[in-house]
Amino acid sequence: MQKMTREALLEKARELLSSGKVSAVLGWKKGEFDYDVTPAVFDSVDALEDFVWGDFCGANLSKYLIKETKKHRVLVFLKPCDTYSMNQLLTEHRFEREQVHAVGVPCDGMADINLLRRKAGEGIVSVDSIGEEIKVETLYSDEPVIIDRREVLLERCVNCKSKKHAAFDELLSDAGEDSSSDRFQDVEKLESMTPDERFEFWQNELSRCIRCNACRDVCPACTCETCVFNNPSSGAENKAPVNSFEEQMFHIIRAFHVAGRCTDCGECARVCPEHIPLHLINRKIIKDMNAFYGVFQAGAEVGAKSPLLDYTVSDIEPGAVFDGRDHDA
Amino acid sequence: MPINEYKPLIVAFCCNWCSYAGADLAGNNRANYPCDVKIIRVPCSCRVNPMFILKAFQRGADGVILCGCHPGDCHYTSGNYFTRRRMAVLFSLLDFFGIERERTRVEWISAAEGAKFAATMNEFTKTVAALGENRRLEDLRCKK
Repeated sequence: MQKMTREALLEKARELLSSGKVSAVLGWKKGEFDYDVTPAVFDSVDALEDFVWGDFCGANLSKYLIKETKKHRVLVFLKPCDTYSMNQLLTEHRFEREQVHAVGVPCDGMADINLLRRKAGEGIVSVDSIGEEIKVETLYSDEPVIIDRREVLLERCVNCKSKKHAAFDELLSDAGEDSSSDRFQDVEKLESMTPDERFEFWQNELSRCIRCNACRDVCPACTCETCVFNNPSSGAENKAPVNSFEEQMFHIIRAFHVAGRCTDCGECARVCPEHIPLHLINRKIIKDMNAFYGVFQAGAEVGAKSPLLDYTVSDIEPGAVFDGRDHDA
Repeated sequence: MPINEYKPLIVAFCCNWCSYAGADLAGNNRANYPCDVKIIRVPCSCRVNPMFILKAFQRGADGVILCGCHPGDCHYTSGNYFTRRRMAVLFSLLDFFGIERERTRVEWISAAEGAKFAATMNEFTKTVAALGENRRLEDLRCKK
């Protein structure tokens, strides 16, 4: 359960909406089930009935600001990691800061419905968070299943970047602390495999890709009005046979297009219907850039220059990136 | 030479101001380099988008080499510095995907280095030929 209550968020939303300071609220709304919470825009106090805040509000609302701020002055609820995406979008001048009233919400880690399903089984009817436990009722068992919340956290919450908001207009709680995480562990594990094993690994993962483009559509860094992958002659616009290079190409280019701008928010992996660990590709790029050009966190401050938009005369040569890496390691 | 001997297809992106002129000089000097190398002239090495490289592979290239001016000598002052950062990240990422790291390369070749151009191409073609056909990045639909 989140320590911050739905009431506290609602109160803030009602206050600002009725005072006319904002004309829309960006928040989360219940879907068909308790766990398929979706981002939503609320433009009146009455509409706030459907507002939801809980363990399944993983969605990052920053990207929706681009569209909504063109029509409204928007109140947006941002978790600490979401604020990095907002900063990055501001760096790229994607919307006007004055159009946004950002309210920082503390986050205790969000639950991953896929992990929950794995533990509780299929046919989930309802989920209810009580303290550190999640009570799950399924179609196939009479007794509700009780699951420890900490065991079903999203990957990005296990490796939480920070509990401290990078930007906000007001905070609903005290400022959080930076947390240290071991987020490059999985990347290092892959790096220690042989090239053949790595190829097999990605072939296995990416051949499942159905090219729904959800990773691209949800990514707060992917904000081009026209995308290279919408081009029918790009050679990478639709689903390819499993053994061809197209899926790899799509995912390499997708990750490369956000290189230096990716805040590692993990939305790509969260929304993937095939559960491909897409964040590993972005994380590999971040790890490399940290090693080559110094540690950089996209979105930590507005206006910071990404490593790929900068250079020094003594940069590492492309051929030297493999030095010290054993070919057959 | 046997008729069916495997010949790799090499795509070389050459910057207009240095490496392309270097290739010209190699020709003028009658320096030999393999005809498997197909040169694509670009205004600056920085013009080469990672997609160009992957697409070359997808369409059947066995090796891709990117040639630009020496760092500091860019016609546009800093283009090749950006290339250097971009390609360092891309090559490392391709290696992460288990793609043979010898298939891609960046070389700095000036307009006066015709001999270096020929030597680089000879050596690169040999390396790629030893690796054999590019099976990991190809797309059968793109092949004749």
